[in-house]
Amino acid sequence: MSRKPYIRQVSKTSWYLKQPRYMRYMSREVTCIFIGAFALLMVCAVERLSQGQAAFESFMATITGPWSFLGLFVILAFAVHNATNWFNVTPKAMPVQIGEEFLNGKYIVGAHYAIWIVASLVVLFFAGVM
Amino acid sequence: MAKSNKPIFWSLFAAGGTLAAFLAPVLVLLFLLLSLGHAPAVLSYAGLHAFAAHWFGKLFLLAVITLFLWHAAHRLRVTAFDFGLRQDSVVAVVVYLIAAAGTITTALCLLRI
Repeated sequence: MSRKPYIRQVSKTSWYLKQPRYMRYMSREVTCIFIGAFALLMVCAVERLSQGQAAFESFMATITGPWSFLGLFVILAFAVHNATNWFNVTPKAMPVQIGEEFLNGKYIVGAHYAIWIVASLVVLFFAGVM
Repeated sequence: MAKSNKPIFWSLFAAGGTLAAFLAPVLVLLFLLLSLGHAPAVLSYAGLHAFAAHWFGKLFLLAVITLFLWHAAHRLRVTAFDFGLRQDSVVAVVVYLIAAAGTITTALCLLRI
């Protein structure tokens, strides 16, 4: 048999550039790079904390300045991107059924945003920012 | 039935993603303030040492760091495949080893405080 099936050529490394929908998908996926980088930053901070005051303060001095600000600002942007996307799909990830009906998704999303704001304010309060 | 370790890594991914959604922005904001020279009290040596000395502080830091790491590791594994890096088993070992190393380092360092 000499069947020659049509195989669509799709780039393995740049397929997501074709469509805005794929770009949005990738923008959600790459947030993990920044969450991971921040987690490693916290690992370093805890390690230096365990080594005493001088080690800790020299580490904190190295992450002070405009380049650190720029890096952390990008991390913050992706962290917020992860948060809003995570909350926006919660009605699909865990729909709430009441009797025959499903609870309107906006209440589930709204509850998550409310908890997010309260949790952030609590952290800022205990961190001594406000 | 075929055995799979997917539920373990996926549940860590989901738990970490949820915790990161609620806490990552505000925690990054604390470090952002520090980078501007306005370090919040909790990021001073005395402040963070007092927090980490308490059992609740230890538990909080270990939970946050561990779940962030395993969330990022699992998602990075999937994302590497999407970017065309198809050696999934190699990628999986690398990212999970980094997450495990970070977890163990954090736990050991916290116990010394």
